Amino acid sequence: MTDQQVAARGSTTRDGFAVLLVAIKREPWIFGVSTVGSLLFGALTVADAWVLGWSTDHVVLPAFDQGKVDGSLLLAILALFLGVAILRAVGIVARRLGAGVMQYRMQAHTRRAVTRQYLSLPMEWHQRHPTGQLLSNANADVEAAWGPIAPLPMAVGTVAMMVIAIIQMLVADVVMALVGLLVFPAVVLANLAYQRLASPLMTRAQQLRAEVSEIAHESFDGAMVVKTLGREPEEMARFAAKAEELRDVNIRAGRIRAAFDPTLAALPNIGVLVVLSVGVSRVLSGATDAGDVVTVAYLLTIVSFPIRSIGWLLGEFPRSVVGFRRVSEVLEARGEMRYGDRSATAEGVGAHVTVENLAYSYDPEQSVLDDVSFVVEPGRTVALVGATASGKSTLTNLMTRLVDPDGGRIIVDGTDLRELAAGELARSVSTVPQSAFLFDDTVRDNVALGADVSDEQIWSALRAAQADGFVAALSHGLDTRLGERGTSLSGGQRQRISLARALVRRPRLLILDDATSAVDPEVEARILAALRSDAGGATLVVVAYRKATIALADEVVHLENGRIADRGTHRELLERSPSYANLVNAYEQQAELAGDMP
Amino acid sequence: MSTTDAATDPEVDEANSTVMDTGDDIRALDTIRRGVHFSPELKEGVWGTLALAVLASVGQVVVPVAVQQTLDRGINGPGGPDVSFTVLMGVAAAAAIVLTSWASYAMTTRLFTTSERGLATLRVKAFRHVHDLPLLTQNTERRGALVARVTSDVDQVSQFLVFGGLLFVVSIGQVLVATVVMVIYSWQLALVVWVCFAPLFLSLRYFQRKLSDAYGTVRRQVGLMLSAISEPVVGAAVVRSYAVEARTQERIDTAISAFQAASTRAQGFTAFSFSLGGVSAGLANAGVLIVGIWLGFAGDITAGEVLAFAFLVTLFVGPVQMGTQILTDAQNAIAGWRRVIGILETPADLVDPGPDGRSLPRGPIDVHLDAVSFSYPGGPRVLRDVTMDIAAGSRIAIVGETGSGKSTFAKLLTRLMDPSEGAVLLDGVDVREISQASLRRSVVLVPQEGFLFDDTVTANVRYGRLGAPEADILASADALGLGDWVAGLPRGLATRVGQRGESLSAGERQLVALLRAHLADPDLLVLDEATSAVDPALEMRIGRALERLMSGRTSVTIAHRLSTAESADEVVVVDKGRVVQRGHHSVLVGQAGSVYAGLHSSWVAQQGR
Repeated sequence: MTDQQVAARGSTTRDGFAVLLVAIKREPWIFGVSTVGSLLFGALTVADAWVLGWSTDHVVLPAFDQGKVDGSLLLAILALFLGVAILRAVGIVARRLGAGVMQYRMQAHTRRAVTRQYLSLPMEWHQRHPTGQLLSNANADVEAAWGPIAPLPMAVGTVAMMVIAIIQMLVADVVMALVGLLVFPAVVLANLAYQRLASPLMTRAQQLRAEVSEIAHESFDGAMVVKTLGREPEEMARFAAKAEELRDVNIRAGRIRAAFDPTLAALPNIGVLVVLSVGVSRVLSGATDAGDVVTVAYLLTIVSFPIRSIGWLLGEFPRSVVGFRRVSEVLEARGEMRYGDRSATAEGVGAHVTVENLAYSYDPEQSVLDDVSFVVEPGRTVALVGATASGKSTLTNLMTRLVDPDGGRIIVDGTDLRELAAGELARSVSTVPQSAFLFDDTVRDNVALGADVSDEQIWSALRAAQADGFVAALSHGLDTRLGERGTSLSGGQRQRISLARALVRRPRLLILDDATSAVDPEVEARILAALRSDAGGATLVVVAYRKATIALADEVVHLENGRIADRGTHRELLERSPSYANLVNAYEQQAELAGDMP
Repeated sequence: MSTTDAATDPEVDEANSTVMDTGDDIRALDTIRRGVHFSPELKEGVWGTLALAVLASVGQVVVPVAVQQTLDRGINGPGGPDVSFTVLMGVAAAAAIVLTSWASYAMTTRLFTTSERGLATLRVKAFRHVHDLPLLTQNTERRGALVARVTSDVDQVSQFLVFGGLLFVVSIGQVLVATVVMVIYSWQLALVVWVCFAPLFLSLRYFQRKLSDAYGTVRRQVGLMLSAISEPVVGAAVVRSYAVEARTQERIDTAISAFQAASTRAQGFTAFSFSLGGVSAGLANAGVLIVGIWLGFAGDITAGEVLAFAFLVTLFVGPVQMGTQILTDAQNAIAGWRRVIGILETPADLVDPGPDGRSLPRGPIDVHLDAVSFSYPGGPRVLRDVTMDIAAGSRIAIVGETGSGKSTFAKLLTRLMDPSEGAVLLDGVDVREISQASLRRSVVLVPQEGFLFDDTVTANVRYGRLGAPEADILASADALGLGDWVAGLPRGLATRVGQRGESLSAGERQLVALLRAHLADPDLLVLDEATSAVDPALEMRIGRALERLMSGRTSVTIAHRLSTAESADEVVVVDKGRVVQRGHHSVLVGQAGSVYAGLHSSWVAQQGR
């Protein structure tokens, strides 16, 4: 890791500037404002020294020599200092606010673009990318990519300020200016040395922070196990080991900082002392005057501090370049789903579904579905039954067009799914996945999801999903907030909300992918009963393990290794297919076995 | 100007406001005092560090003094410019700079060491305490907040202590030193400087409050934005299959804009408040020169002294601006510290009698519930006046509808909670009197979801008995009839299970949990049966393994399937928090119209037989 960093150092600086250029091109105006602000600040900081020098030579020293002073000169001092100070304040606000506005705007642009990609890229792409990575692409990586914008105007201003200061020193006195010319590069070099020594430690600390956080997450997640086995001391030891490692790295980074901070402060101070010594002999020889000595000394003091901002800028580059690359990968991903222009036709309440020679595979070596064909007549219920990895969930994903098949097609009401216009499919097909996803929103909005439905319709859907009872008991009823920041519901309750979401749309085809797995069997029985009466007329495709669910179906499609092993009613399959009987009877066998044993 | 006032604005942390002591009422100084109490390392050598800080800050006045001396005695000296004096003074000043730089190095090193040591202690203590909190077992969605307590909150305190806390003290010290030096040169000019800065000091509190509000909004908006962004990622399938892309994008865009606006506003306040120091400095510079000249006429001051003041003013401005910045950061840090302390001061719900506690003898345990009632804080009564005996070695199934209170039994028997009234006795001893070590040794709960750590199968099983040799683990696998299953794993016992065990199926996670329980070899086994449906073949394996695990121990199963109840020695039927029926399945099922008969008939209908 560190070897690569060192090897890539040269190009990192170049790439860092390239990333900045993207931002400058996108927001040229605001970059201009903040840079002008920074230059104003820099110029006026230097002007401050000039005002002090001018006042020394033209007002203070003559006044002390002559014992009198012109009132207008005093007024000039006041006007000069105050004017410079106010303009400088304007510069500071323009610089800092400008940098902030630019940074937040770039973050917002990128986040909008990234989330648009998330919404348009197909499910296959989502399945290939871990959730945590996608979240950090839109958050931490965006922040890292535009991190250098914050110190940018200051660094630009500082460079300008250094140039101006050096010119001014040269004008004041060439010999003294040479001293300054030695101090500035020395400060820049010291800064770079600091970055170089400290950044591996900072990176390590960042890594350790992530590890500490992972341990805490895992340990708190498994709190029940930790508690019931009394493993708190061991968990504490595990956490403490990482926390102490982090502590030691922080202390080491602290030592480096402790050494560099006073060094960076001392360099210009030593420079000032040298300037004073040289200055005295220069004044003695008549080459310069006291005012110039003061000016050069002052310039050294004030310009040295902001030089650090160049170090800050360069220090942000490695993080920025990595973040930008990761974000770019998302933005450059291609493969949106293509839609046709047909709209869904609706005759009767239930949809007619034809699955034709369907084939699908995640990798070419191993097909998940192979030559699957069946027809579901309107209003009928089909159960998809099969062992783990037999292809049931893939089939439901294909039916809702989360993915497109490699071969064959699915026809709903006479139209190939791929020919439907965007959004059309959702008008007639609703699906309920096994793991219910709830939005950070109210119960009402979670069920309606923007559809135009009345509260009565929502309640009736909740009733059919057996969710009306606990929703009514929530503190704010339909207005109760769910999701991450809201009330926490049990797995079964979440599934029931998710089911109500499908039911409220009165879909022509309802697909349940083991959607009641976390619901108590008694409650599930009531849901199934309600579905038979309430969703009356809709075509139903159900992935199920439980016999009661399976027995409800008009027809069972038995999948084995991605192929249809058999089709028929539950009773028929039980009689003629030993492998089917084995599968669905395993449950009872277990019960009998338990009864036999002492 | 004071940290105390600035930081007392109530800092509402939404994530935990309902559950934990947020410590909102702890004032800033009090926070620091209590913080030091929990991290005594912070006190170590603090006086030495402060002394070094004072010495280091003296370094700041070396150059201005040198400039003044050079001007007055070197360049404008009575006998014309004096080179040897200037060089001598330069050497002395250089020596002073070296000395003060060393002091600064020593101070910073000490500061980092004590702060980081103190905070590591705080982190670990808080982590340990979180495991004693009651809410963890009930509230899954607040865990992120608890993790933040031991990570980012502590990091913030660290930033503050290392870069802020002492620096703030040092800044005040520098302001004082600068003032003292100024007064020595000229008390009149010192007064001028203070008068010029007075408006800044007076407006500081106002700005602190504004800033605190502004950054509070930023933090809230970040949370909302992150949660909006997570929707198309975590809920990708739902967003697509319901075709709500446009709605989702709109919610995201709104959240992104709100965050952008809040950040920009906060940045505006920061920039404006930061610029004020510079205006005051300009005013002070002009004031010093004008009043200085006027004083010079009266013979009170020399030209060099007036010019030295210009440098002294920068000395004054630097720490003042630094202090302003630190105060802003301090808001967050103190709030974070308060939250961590809030955790540590939330009383643990279960008190471990420790070594004074009693130990349970080995062998099957008999259980007695004596008039046990339980209600969640502020919630309805979940169990009412339950008295019951469970004979040692018997196998009990507890059944009831969702919400009947049956899961509460599991938590009371394993002492994850204590009853509100009454007592739970194991082998005749109140569980509250049994040492945790002995209790956890003898009583094991297998929860619904077998939680696994991101490690190998071996490590996860060994969690049941630390240090158990691999042979024992294999023996457990054989004893539960899982030898072939283990052998069939990609890398056997060395197979990694992934985060939360996600590389394994739900059923396989259950198997690991059962192995873990077997290795722990408890005398009372409490099982909260999993509700989620798994592959039937695996279901059968689980059933067999459970069967073998229970033999020879007292076992209490919270049954979600009546097949479990059928095979139990005795069934306990719970309804609305009361035990309504007890007896063998065959007896209960015959009691027409009873709760159990009802449950049974709906289950039979379910199974389609």
